[in-house]
Amino acid sequence: MGKVAVIQFPGSNCDLDALEILRDVVKAEADLVWHKDLDRNDYDAYILPGGFSYGDYLRAGAIAATSPSLRIVKEAAEDGKPVLGICNGFQILVEAGLLPGAVLRNSSLRFACTWTRLRVETTRTPFTNSAEKRQVLEIPIAHNEGRYYLDKEHIPELETNQQIVFRYVNEAKEPTSDANPNGSIDNIAGICNQRGNVMGLMPHPERASLATLSLDDQNDGRIIFDSMMRTLAEPGA
Amino acid sequence: MTPGSYLVEVIVENKPLARDPEGETIHQNLILKGGYNQVTSVRAGKLLRMKVEANGPDEARAVVRKLSDDLRIYNPAAHTIQVRIVG
Repeated sequence: MGKVAVIQFPGSNCDLDALEILRDVVKAEADLVWHKDLDRNDYDAYILPGGFSYGDYLRAGAIAATSPSLRIVKEAAEDGKPVLGICNGFQILVEAGLLPGAVLRNSSLRFACTWTRLRVETTRTPFTNSAEKRQVLEIPIAHNEGRYYLDKEHIPELETNQQIVFRYVNEAKEPTSDANPNGSIDNIAGICNQRGNVMGLMPHPERASLATLSLDDQNDGRIIFDSMMRTLAEPGA
Repeated sequence: MTPGSYLVEVIVENKPLARDPEGETIHQNLILKGGYNQVTSVRAGKLLRMKVEANGPDEARAVVRKLSDDLRIYNPAAHTIQVRIVG
């Protein structure tokens, strides 16, 4: 069984939540690692948690993206190891160039804190391989800069490469504008790199991995961590 | 070439095709509401003003342009920048 690093940046604030789910819920061997202390690619998977690294100054994720720890994460990504960015972690992966596009200020100009429905668009990633295609997961968001942006002409390429992992949808599983909480292009909530091993999403699966913390006693977020555990247990799963 | 300290501004804006809800809100809910109908669009952005030691204004501008690209002062997927000498 592999070992997971949760990387802590100054301003991370969902690091302990992620660690708790990893250790106590999916029973992973996991360490909280201060970003300056991550100097070797010794772990089998990496999680960049949510928060407000460096106060979101300049742009959310832009300063953390220059942390030397991201060099290690890039190395891990090149090795094919699973890398997950949640919320601010997603923004950091985008700013570090590990994922394409940009994450801009919500179109509402408001901090959005609400439950969302996510449709699983691909199960090829190490974080969705235990889900079913078009399965809907209820997972909350909490962000001010969550509007995923990529020039429209590049969206078909993202689609063809199966890099769109989650879309915000309504009860009928349709990606309508009403179901889009932040104005993301094409209702995109999460994407992966071409290879599929690096994934980022704005919603917080670690806040929906315990029934007591979730809507209708569901724990939909857990499937993301369960998928990762499955990948670590059987590489190639 | 005049060695000295130059004031250089970097203006970061969303690309024309990337919506700018802040600019749209300022335009619609403040400027047009205030009766300034001759204003037909507003784009909001970010301004960084840097003091740079250089051998001349061109060098100062080039240094700031380079650091903006190298350190990703803007995200080229969504933003454009203007670099200009102001003093």
